[in-house]
Amino acid sequence: MTVIEARGLRKVFGSAIALDGVDLRVEEGRILGLIGPNGAGKTTALNAILGLTAYQGELKVIGRDPWNERDQLMRDVSFIADIAVLPRWMRVRQAVDYVAGVHPRFDRAKAESFLAKTTIRRDSKVGELSKGMVAQLNLALVMAIDAKLLVLDEPTLGLDILYRKQFYDSLLNDYFDRSRTILVTTHQVEEVQNVLTDLMFINRGRIVLDCRMEEFESRYLEVMVHPEQVAAARALKPLHERQVFGRSILLFDHADRQQISTLGDVHTPSIADVFVAVMGDQAGVVQGAAK
Amino acid sequence: MNSPSNAAPEPPLDSQVIAPAAMPATRPLYWSVRREWWENSSIYIAPLAVAGVILFGFLISIIHPAVKMRAALADPAHQRAAIHMPYDIGAALIMGTIFIVGVFFCLDALYGERRDRSILFWKSLPVSDLSTVLSKASIPLAVLLLVAFATIVATQLVMLLLSIVVLPRNGLTVAAVWAQLPLVKMWLALPYALAAMALWQAPIYGWLLLVSGWARRAAFLWAVLPLFAIGVIEKVAFNTTHFANLVKYRLFGWVAQALDPQAHSDALMDPLRALAPGRFLSTPGLWIGLAVAVVFLGAAARLRRYRGPI
Repeated sequence: MTVIEARGLRKVFGSAIALDGVDLRVEEGRILGLIGPNGAGKTTALNAILGLTAYQGELKVIGRDPWNERDQLMRDVSFIADIAVLPRWMRVRQAVDYVAGVHPRFDRAKAESFLAKTTIRRDSKVGELSKGMVAQLNLALVMAIDAKLLVLDEPTLGLDILYRKQFYDSLLNDYFDRSRTILVTTHQVEEVQNVLTDLMFINRGRIVLDCRMEEFESRYLEVMVHPEQVAAARALKPLHERQVFGRSILLFDHADRQQISTLGDVHTPSIADVFVAVMGDQAGVVQGAAK
Repeated sequence: MNSPSNAAPEPPLDSQVIAPAAMPATRPLYWSVRREWWENSSIYIAPLAVAGVILFGFLISIIHPAVKMRAALADPAHQRAAIHMPYDIGAALIMGTIFIVGVFFCLDALYGERRDRSILFWKSLPVSDLSTVLSKASIPLAVLLLVAFATIVATQLVMLLLSIVVLPRNGLTVAAVWAQLPLVKMWLALPYALAAMALWQAPIYGWLLLVSGWARRAAFLWAVLPLFAIGVIEKVAFNTTHFANLVKYRLFGWVAQALDPQAHSDALMDPLRALAPGRFLSTPGLWIGLAVAVVFLGAAARLRRYRGPI
C-alpha cells in the first residue's frame, strides 16, 4: 500500500519557494528520513502531509486529501511536532483522558504501561516535567495510537543523549512493525542512520536524493586514499573530497568497489558525509530562508 | 465530507486488523469542552469569588443595616422591594461576571493555542476545526450559564440562611422574608433570563472568537478598537450615534426584549409572569444576531484551518 503519494507538490510563501515540485512516494512499512538544511522545505512538506498547510499539486495520504480531511486523516496518522507543543497547563492524567476521549484508536492500557516505565507522575502538569519527560509522555500517547503513519518533526530536539537513544529504541522495539510507516525529519542524522529504511535529501524545495538504505550502502563508498594515489583517485571523479589529518578522504557514488579498494581504506560513509557531499556547496546559501 | 473508502465493507485482510472503534461524532466535542474546563479555571473561580464578595457584603448589611435600609424594611410599602434588592443585585452581579469571563475566554481561546504552539498538538488529533470552535463557543453559550445558575441559586440560598440566623435581631421575622421572597419562582425564571442573555449576546462571542483566531497579537485591541473607531468616526462625521446605540443594544437589549416587568402588577412576587418569551422570540434583533453569530463561528472554524503557531 502506498501511504504517501505526492506529485508536483508546490508551496510558495510570498517570493520564497518552500516546495518546488516535490514528487514523493512512501510505501507501507518504511521508515523514511527526510534530511535537509534549514529552510530546505522539510517542515513545509510535513505540514502539507499533515493537513496543516495548503499546497498546489497532488497529495494523497492514506488515500485522503490532507488539507480538506485533516480530522479524519488524524485517525490514522500520528504526529509529534517537537516536544514544546504539549499544553503546559495540562496534567498527565488529563492528557491521557483527552486523547482517549477523542481518538477512536487509542489504547489507554498501552499508554499507561509506557508511562509506568517512566518516573512521570499522573498529577504533574506538563509544564512541571523535564524536557525528556515531556518527550516520553508524548511518545507514550502516540505509541498507544494504532496509526498507519507516524510523522516526527525533529522529535529529539533539545533532548540529552540518553533520552534520544531511548526515544528511537522505544520506537523501534515497542511501536514499529511492518504495517506501520514512519516519516522523520532531523538534524541529528547520525542517530537515525541505523533506524531508517529509506533516505531522502531535500534542498531548496526539491528532492535531491531518494534511495533505500541498502542501496545507499552499496552505492556510496568513502576511501581514505594513500598519499601516493591521490591523483589516480581524483581521476575517478569523486563526488566530494575532504582532508582529515592531512589525508584525503574521497567519496564516490556508483563506483567499483574493487577498483576503489586498491586506492586506500574503503568504508561506508555516514549519512552526514554524503549529505555534505551532495549539497555542501549549496547548503549555506539557503540558510535562513523561509521554512 | 464522508469518504467512501471508510464506509466500504471490505473484509479484513488480516486478523490483526482492529476495526475502528465506533465513536459518536459528539464525543470529540464533549471532550473538547471538558478540556476547556480543565484549562480555564476562571470559568468557575471568578463567579465563586464574586459570590463570596456578595455574601460578605450581604452579611455586613444585615448585621449593621444602613438607616435607610432599616426604614425601608420597617415600612410595609417598601419592605418587599428592600428584601428583594440584595438577591437581585447578587444575581445581576454574577450574570455580569460570567459575561466578563466569557469575553476574556473567547479572546484567548483561539489565540492562546497558537501562541503556546499547542495548536500543533490539538491538530494532531482527529478533532475538526468546527468541533474545536463549537466547543469553545459552548463555554459562554452553555457552560458559563450552568455555572451562573448554580452559583446564583447557591448564593441566594446562603443569603436566606444568613437572614434566618441574623434577622430576628432586626425585628424582621423569617416568615415575613419567606412570604415576600418567591425564591423557587425566581429560580425557575433564572434559566430563561440566562438563556435569553446568551442568545442575544451570541454574536459578541462569535466576533471575539473570530478575532482571537485571526489576530497575531493584541487580540483585545483588535476586537475592541475597530468598534470604538467606527463609533468615533460616525460621531465626528455625522454627529450621530447609531453605531454606539447598536453596540449598546447588543449588550443590554435582551433585558427589554425578553423581560416585561410591567406585564403583571406584581412581578416581584411572580417573576414567571414577567417573562416575555413570545416577544423575545419575535424580535428580529435576536434572529439577526444569531445569524451573524453563525457566520462568525463558521468563519472562525474556516480560519483555524489556515492557522499555525505564531
